[in-house]
Amino acid sequence: MSRSDVVVTGLGATTPLGGDVASTWDAMLAGRSGVSALTQEWAEQLPVRIAAQLAVEPSEVLDRVRLRRLDRSEAIAIIAAQQAWADAGLAGSDLDGERLAVSVGSGIGGATTLLAQDDILEASGPRRVSPHTIPMLMPNGPAAWVGLELGAKAGVHSVASACATGAEAIALGLDIIRSGRADVVVAGGTEAVIHPLPIAGFSSMRAMSTRNDDPERASRPWDRGRDGFVLGEGAGIVVLERAEHAAARGARVYARLAGAGITSDAYDIVQPHAEGEGAIRAIAKAIADADIAKRDIVHVNAHATSTPVGDMLEIGGLHKALGDHPVLSATKSMTGHLLGAAGALESIATILAIRDSIVPPTINLDDPEPGLTLDVAAHKARPMEIPAALNNAFGFGGHNVALVFARP
Amino acid sequence: MTRDEITTGLAEILEEVAGVNPDDVAEGKSFTDDLDVDSLSMVEVVVAAEEKFGVKIPDNEVQNLKTVGDAVSYIAAQS
Repeated sequence: MSRSDVVVTGLGATTPLGGDVASTWDAMLAGRSGVSALTQEWAEQLPVRIAAQLAVEPSEVLDRVRLRRLDRSEAIAIIAAQQAWADAGLAGSDLDGERLAVSVGSGIGGATTLLAQDDILEASGPRRVSPHTIPMLMPNGPAAWVGLELGAKAGVHSVASACATGAEAIALGLDIIRSGRADVVVAGGTEAVIHPLPIAGFSSMRAMSTRNDDPERASRPWDRGRDGFVLGEGAGIVVLERAEHAAARGARVYARLAGAGITSDAYDIVQPHAEGEGAIRAIAKAIADADIAKRDIVHVNAHATSTPVGDMLEIGGLHKALGDHPVLSATKSMTGHLLGAAGALESIATILAIRDSIVPPTINLDDPEPGLTLDVAAHKARPMEIPAALNNAFGFGGHNVALVFARP
Repeated sequence: MTRDEITTGLAEILEEVAGVNPDDVAEGKSFTDDLDVDSLSMVEVVVAAEEKFGVKIPDNEVQNLKTVGDAVSYIAAQS
């Protein structure tokens, strides 16, 4: 029996660049930065006082009572999933819930709920701790809420692989459809941890940019002046669908999710493998799984977070696994690093690049590293035919995920 | 505190916690069946009521508070 093709029929997102996919994509193509100064009082004492905060607050979309019971990461997962569901033409449809699964993860989860409720515990005692605390902070919360919202009964899954989460959640969706367990999978990632503790933790690792006086230029992948990533928040969700199922209901198809590759480094808990070995294997596996010629994969939305080490390792890996022909983009230069949502948001950018035949820009690449031997669409978007494209996502823990998308 | 004052106070809590329209809150209304207050939200209502009315509502009493009127009677007897 031939393997099912899997296609993307819906997109949803709420990001530092916009409250939906269309506004986010427009901002990306225009090369806008979503990074700004943190003006909150709690930020004053932090070494890092910049972040890419949501363009549209969840309170503008969901009602107050609902938001009381949701961690911010859950609220934005629901918002992005509602958009993707409607975009796929599935709102109000009679899709059998037993053929619908969810695969939505988060890198860190409900940390802000945990910290806020701990404050209440310390100040007022255990009886004042909200009864919603556990469903708000449990790591499967975003997936479970999306499943409830859409009536998914074929399984609700919550991948957690740090900054590879969003991409791995999409890869799991591909597996679920190929295995025949569902016809439709709502997949992606969510993250909302712009809070002093996670910022202090990443800062202590010396992983974050401290370009506090110039927020919009702080995220600068592959630039010699880069000094770490910029924390972002947001959610990205895609609707994956068995191709025959999409065709039968006449759904609009953005792209085909042609293949996925997942590896682990078994090297270090936070450092990437010194030769990018795991990343190279993930890319090679994704290409083999997709059964697409390397020369047709002409664009890569790179993981490129703006950290000194990781950015250049990925370049080496792409050279080895794919060749010297792809045109790269690092959209984190505009969105910041959405951690567990990054791989999902960047998959959306990759899919739209294919659809619109345009590579989004990498901003702030003013002084490229000498080792940047691959072509990057720097500063400006670049129109070009894109038969197929690759999205990379790597995470603390040694997670490597590569996804290949192709024209339907 | 009169029963009406307690009912009004409960209505404020129910609106804050569960989004219940204050106009719907009356002594004969059931928290779960009429006002759609789920079990976790009921916990919040109880804790908020303890604070507002200066009473103690032990967990084993909460199951007896089926209606707004039950809660009003319990609070009125305590305060």
